[in-house]
Amino acid sequence: MTVREIVEKLDLSTCCGGNKLELEVTGGYASDLMSDVIANGKAGNVWVTMQVHVNIVAVAVLKELAAIILVQGRDPSPETLERAIDEQVTILVCKLPAFETIGKLYELGISNVK
Amino acid sequence: MLRYLRADLHIHTCLSPCGDLKMSPQKIIAKVLEHKLHIIAITDHNSAENVHAVMKCAEGKKVVVLPGMEVCTREEVHILAIFETEELALELQSFVYDHLQGENNPDVFGLQVIANEFDEVEGYQNRLLIGATDVSTEHIVGAIHQLHGLAIASHIDRESYSVIGQLGFIPETLGFDALEISINTNDEEARKRFQEYSRYRFVRNSDAHYLDDIGKAMSEYLLEEPSFQEIMKALRNEDGRMVRAT
Repeated sequence: MTVREIVEKLDLSTCCGGNKLELEVTGGYASDLMSDVIANGKAGNVWVTMQVHVNIVAVAVLKELAAIILVQGRDPSPETLERAIDEQVTILVCKLPAFETIGKLYELGISNVK
Repeated sequence: MLRYLRADLHIHTCLSPCGDLKMSPQKIIAKVLEHKLHIIAITDHNSAENVHAVMKCAEGKKVVVLPGMEVCTREEVHILAIFETEELALELQSFVYDHLQGENNPDVFGLQVIANEFDEVEGYQNRLLIGATDVSTEHIVGAIHQLHGLAIASHIDRESYSVIGQLGFIPETLGFDALEISINTNDEEARKRFQEYSRYRFVRNSDAHYLDDIGKAMSEYLLEEPSFQEIMKALRNEDGRMVRAT
């Protein structure tokens, strides 16, 4: 499944990184502890979080994540957005809370556990 | 003449919901004197309301109490804010209170006791001090510096509520005056594990929530006298002042 398909099926808004929507998604990871994402996120994952700090961009670059999905309609800070554009990191926003967002992703078959 | 003075810049009182009720001003000072600490900072969660009582209690005694608090940022990073005067700490407190939602539930989180210097209960703080402000880590550090305070990243070796745990790494733009190592990591381990942060000063504090925690961790500062300004110089390695974590 591509990032674009997820955007369409979950009705996500795209803050930035619209040029990478054709990336294939390998799975998903959810955490608000960035140290945990660095330890356990996998390349090609979508990352569900409510953290909007600029460090999320660095984590996404480091782990080669397919996209960051911010939950509950949270907006990235201006600094985060600017950095994400520079680094070509895709940031998506879902209006739903984390639990529902993850549930919908899981229903689509997105999982990290084989 | 410069000499090594012992300081613990992270001590909670009975105002912190997780702080033991025995952490009262007089008992804290008694314990601090027993361990021959020269300088302490009172750092309750998101509040400085017991600073006054502990400072009062220390008057005429051989310990200097610095006013402070441990602020929780939007990203749930804990930061020690330490000031030269009580007024400055209270200024940060009013900023923090403006950005702190919720009410404490003493049954769940614990009582938040405001004490006087005679160890009497003056009242209870009802705000949710254990909560997080809605202010970013950068903004909090900026606010502390604007009030000429010291911003120290709390217990960076812990996963919970530490800047590295929450943010993965320390952003270069964050101007911490020092990084705190908890009692769980010894100096050698810390130096190895946090090699990439060797540009920062490391300090060790007790993060005492119980009386018996006091004296278990501290740092030695080479200072002219026990004061805020001297600690600041030590953290900046100015005029021969310096700090060593012990």
